[in-house]
Amino acid sequence: MVSYIGKRLLAILPIVLFAILITFVLIHVSPVDPAEAYLTAAHIHPTEELLAEKRHEFGLDQPLLVQYWRTVVKMAQLDFGQSYMTNEPVWEDVVSKMPATVQLAVSSILFAMLVSIPLGFLSAIYKNSLIDYFSRGLSYFGASIPQFWLGYLLMFFFAVKLDLLPVEGKGSWEHLVLPTLTLSLALIAIYTRLLRASVLEQLQESYVLYAKTRGIKQRIIMVKHVLKIAFSPVITGLGMNFGKLLTGTIIVEQVFSWPGFGRYFVDAIFNRDIPVIQCYVFLAACLFIICNLIVDLVQLYMDPRISLKGRTDQ
Amino acid sequence: MIARLRTVLRGQKVIAICTVILLVFAIVTLLAPWISPHDPIKVNLALKLQPPSAEYWLGTDHLGRDNFSRLLHGARISLGLAFLIFIASLGIGLVVGTVAGYRGGWLDACLMRFCEAVMTIPNLVLVLGMVGIFGPGLMQVVLALMLVQWVYYARMFRSMVVSLKERHFITAARISGSSEWKIIRRHIIPNVLPPILVMGTLEMGWAIMDISALSFLGLGIQPPTPEWGAMIHEGKAFIRSHPELMLYPGLMILFVVITFNVLGEALSERFGVKRRM
Repeated sequence: MVSYIGKRLLAILPIVLFAILITFVLIHVSPVDPAEAYLTAAHIHPTEELLAEKRHEFGLDQPLLVQYWRTVVKMAQLDFGQSYMTNEPVWEDVVSKMPATVQLAVSSILFAMLVSIPLGFLSAIYKNSLIDYFSRGLSYFGASIPQFWLGYLLMFFFAVKLDLLPVEGKGSWEHLVLPTLTLSLALIAIYTRLLRASVLEQLQESYVLYAKTRGIKQRIIMVKHVLKIAFSPVITGLGMNFGKLLTGTIIVEQVFSWPGFGRYFVDAIFNRDIPVIQCYVFLAACLFIICNLIVDLVQLYMDPRISLKGRTDQ
Repeated sequence: MIARLRTVLRGQKVIAICTVILLVFAIVTLLAPWISPHDPIKVNLALKLQPPSAEYWLGTDHLGRDNFSRLLHGARISLGLAFLIFIASLGIGLVVGTVAGYRGGWLDACLMRFCEAVMTIPNLVLVLGMVGIFGPGLMQVVLALMLVQWVYYARMFRSMVVSLKERHFITAARISGSSEWKIIRRHIIPNVLPPILVMGTLEMGWAIMDISALSFLGLGIQPPTPEWGAMIHEGKAFIRSHPELMLYPGLMILFVVITFNVLGEALSERFGVKRRM
């Protein structure tokens, strides 16, 4: 187990290096000069001397390979440079913005689980019943509705028309309701579909038939055997759709003025705050990889049929 | 050809209905400048926020522009760009995937590792990163979306090439004297087309959503060009007094994307193609 985790962690390295390379190449291919972008963002009039000075400070006069290596070393120490907008170290900004985003993401995942586990399970057991049609309709709806529009719709009904919840911002638990609903619908759509399909697949298996012939109660077969195994693809789906969650937070934070990492990223895009953009892309790749590693480990724990060897060979 | 299409579509009501809806949208996309009753960007403040009337079917927006005409022109942008992105990424994916599949070896390994690495960064994050570095604008958004989408096609084409290479029916057809063209037409295209159709249909839906999300953030299509995402963003300012301004374009996106998704699903069921979640 330990050597498996070690191997997986080692395999992360090249991908992370590649993610850094992508942002690095983009910055150098782009017609924008980081030194100039810095001075514009800091509202300093760019003169030739200042530009040259900044270029030297950013190490832009070094050979490309040296620059790349320096970027990698710095990022490994979580040093992402200073934000052009705030002049603070990017990492400190990130640490201060992160909790809000994590709060939003966690509450959305929990809510999505709460809805989609019973819904997916029931719609598989009662296939082609009313609840099945409802859950399938909801899946299409959730997968096809633009998140920012859903956010505005909810805002319109619950905050403007009914005046039940605050329109935007962060504070009490009431502020969390609408962003959570908005963000979780897309996840509910995915999880419900996945769980339904996977339960349906399990019901075809011979062990279900065998359990039935042994006279075990339907309910016990379902809960103790089918649900446990059917869960495996859902957990994979959780890892695979991490990107959806992350980009969802960007949009939802923008809609509800939620002061998190996603909003910070969008502000950075408008201000060409290159260190922040680089940091976000880097962290997104790292989080995605780590999430998938965790997902694999959980699966390994839950489903012993998956052998360690087969996994590392992939 | 038409007779064959008919047998393929027999009893496939969902596919037929969705296709007709999308064809109508395609026609609107092509003919928007001629069939829309008003100029979508002509400002007339005397007529701002009018209710629906015989002249302005869906009323006017805060600058007195005809909502209906703007929606029609919005279809042009959303669907047109999504199609452009689809064709371009399909093209790049076809070339890269085929080369990787045929050549194999280190070139294949390198190209596929590259694709996998691109996939580890969530799509929209990568697109936003590119737009952030290159600056906002329509060109940048379209380019960025193409550059992240093609990897999925490349992987699909590669796996198809690899599996087709091993199948015997192509060798058999060649031995029995079929011409290259006939092999491509009778054996390769029928095998390759269904997965492309399924993936392309679903990708179109995603592309429309992504384009609108970027416009909503203010990074894609810039005003006054009518685009559904940008229209929602503009309409949001009037959420209290005129919620319909953000309602119409949102409904359009929802309707078109749902149609693409339902069609993609139906196609994948019909042809037995596994879809990417």
